[in-house]
Amino acid sequence: MSHSQTDTAAPTEQGTLAAALRNRNLILGGLLTLVFLGAALLSFLWVPYDVTQMAIANKIKPPYADHLLGTDHYGRDILSMLMVGARTSIAVAVLAVGIGMVIGVPLGLWAAAKRGSLLDEVIMRGNDLVFAFPSLVIAVMITAAFGPSATNAIVAIGIFNIPVFARITRSGALTLWNRDFILAARVAGKGSARISFEHILPNVLNLLIVQGTIQFSLGILAEAGLSYVGLGAQPPTPSWGRMLADSQTFISFAPHMALFPGLAILLTVLGLNLMGDGLRDLFDPKLRRGRT
Amino acid sequence: MLRFTLTRLLSLCLSLAVASVVIFAAIEVLPGDPASIMLGVNAQPDTLAALRAELGLDQPMAARYLDWIGGLLQGDFGISYTYRTPVVEMIGDRLAVSLPLALFSLALTVVIAFPVGIWAAARRGSVADVAIMGLTQLGVAIPNFWFAMLMVLVFAINLQWFSAGGFAGWDAGLFPALKSLTLPAIALALPQASILARVMRSALLDTLSEDFIRTARAKGLSRREALWRHALRNALIPVLTIIGMQFSFLLAGGIIIENVFYLPGLGRLIFQAISARDLIVVESVVMLLVFAVIVVNFLVELAYAAVDPRLRAR
Repeated sequence: MSHSQTDTAAPTEQGTLAAALRNRNLILGGLLTLVFLGAALLSFLWVPYDVTQMAIANKIKPPYADHLLGTDHYGRDILSMLMVGARTSIAVAVLAVGIGMVIGVPLGLWAAAKRGSLLDEVIMRGNDLVFAFPSLVIAVMITAAFGPSATNAIVAIGIFNIPVFARITRSGALTLWNRDFILAARVAGKGSARISFEHILPNVLNLLIVQGTIQFSLGILAEAGLSYVGLGAQPPTPSWGRMLADSQTFISFAPHMALFPGLAILLTVLGLNLMGDGLRDLFDPKLRRGRT
Repeated sequence: MLRFTLTRLLSLCLSLAVASVVIFAAIEVLPGDPASIMLGVNAQPDTLAALRAELGLDQPMAARYLDWIGGLLQGDFGISYTYRTPVVEMIGDRLAVSLPLALFSLALTVVIAFPVGIWAAARRGSVADVAIMGLTQLGVAIPNFWFAMLMVLVFAINLQWFSAGGFAGWDAGLFPALKSLTLPAIALALPQASILARVMRSALLDTLSEDFIRTARAKGLSRREALWRHALRNALIPVLTIIGMQFSFLLAGGIIIENVFYLPGLGRLIFQAISARDLIVVESVVMLLVFAVIVVNFLVELAYAAVDPRLRAR
């Protein structure tokens, strides 16, 4: 996407705000994300139609005035299902990022504090090993053992997130350990655990926020994929991936059933990715040239 | 290089051993007794005992694990609980679909991503660069199975250029077989190509800002010549890493895409096995996928060390 080439102002509160307002990725991504979060929150209070209510007489209607995005094969309102489905996506992705951070970040901090030791090696090799299990494969294993559920998706994506956060925390922390202010803290007698949490963690927080946004968007995609193949949320819980799976039989004469859930996933993931890019620009103007 | 290879090889074996224990524990030990799962809750005790004996479940855990792993090493993956055929044959049949699909989509990924990434980097900041980066941003965000469904709608249902699903089989000839893998391969490749093109572009831009490129430019090379002659080779390291990761992703990700196109690959096999509680098949397919990821990563690491001697010192 276009990376705005304007320079970030001095690191004052006002400067940051001004830079944020000039950051097109951040604004566009933030708006898309807000729409998606807003739809999910609104669904707790109000949806156009009850998503558990079937109305067979009304089935497979293309978009029209009463049903803005049409109805599905049970006559359920697609807009309402998308709104409720957004909750599922958010819940799974947020919890998965949570699992990744709660376990991965301390591991990364610990590895960096003991850099070069056997412990560091064990943690990093363990990470490599977990990395060899794609979340889809973990989900398959859990489902084989315990049967399908939304919890599976959360655990599977969450486990996959652990090495991601451990690696990024460790690499961010490693560069900090050689800095003077850390030396000062050590001279003051602080132990490595205390330094890790009091001084290192606040300084890698930006990295974690950016990575968190990216893992959030990957989580949305992964959840959609898992529920599409039936390894995620089970009916009647609406989920975007399931809606797509259901729509497949009807795609030749009711393409709207496939179109809208897919667009919802695409726009949400796009929004989160743009926001991640924008946040990275905002936090680290040096990195803005030629990133992926 | 020899020392490096040996330590990496040792770590490879260790990783595979740990992975196999994890998979065995997760699938065979955690959920309880496969025999009672297969026969259901109303099974007679003596039938249960007979089945347990037949499957070797009456032996201690460690013996079962060693038996399984020993079999794997000799190419004997056991007998499917439901089909009563050797698992290795079932996997072989399915791999004849899944592996070519993964390779096909990897080839497409590289063929799309390299020119696009290089082109965008060479014209950094231009309208073309901005447009390409915008498109790749979309490509990264699109769910590949949804893209696959849209392609079925357009190219199979409306235009009727391709069949909507199924696999012609290699016996039908190379062209019909590849044709039935084309839409799935494109669906798998598009998001990966978008990622790789972005990595390619940024790796090139990083390299282009380095001193040796400035030296080359100062000696009279044009920006484009410097890019082709010097920057490209140096930018390949991060690109290789991503390609290595992508291959394993394409192999595993095929599981979902195979479902869209009703392809008889590993993905279909694993879902059939899960619903039939055929745990030995699930276990073997999972082990195979994880094995592929670990071995590919190992090869990528060796490739780096061959390219860049500095990495061997680590």
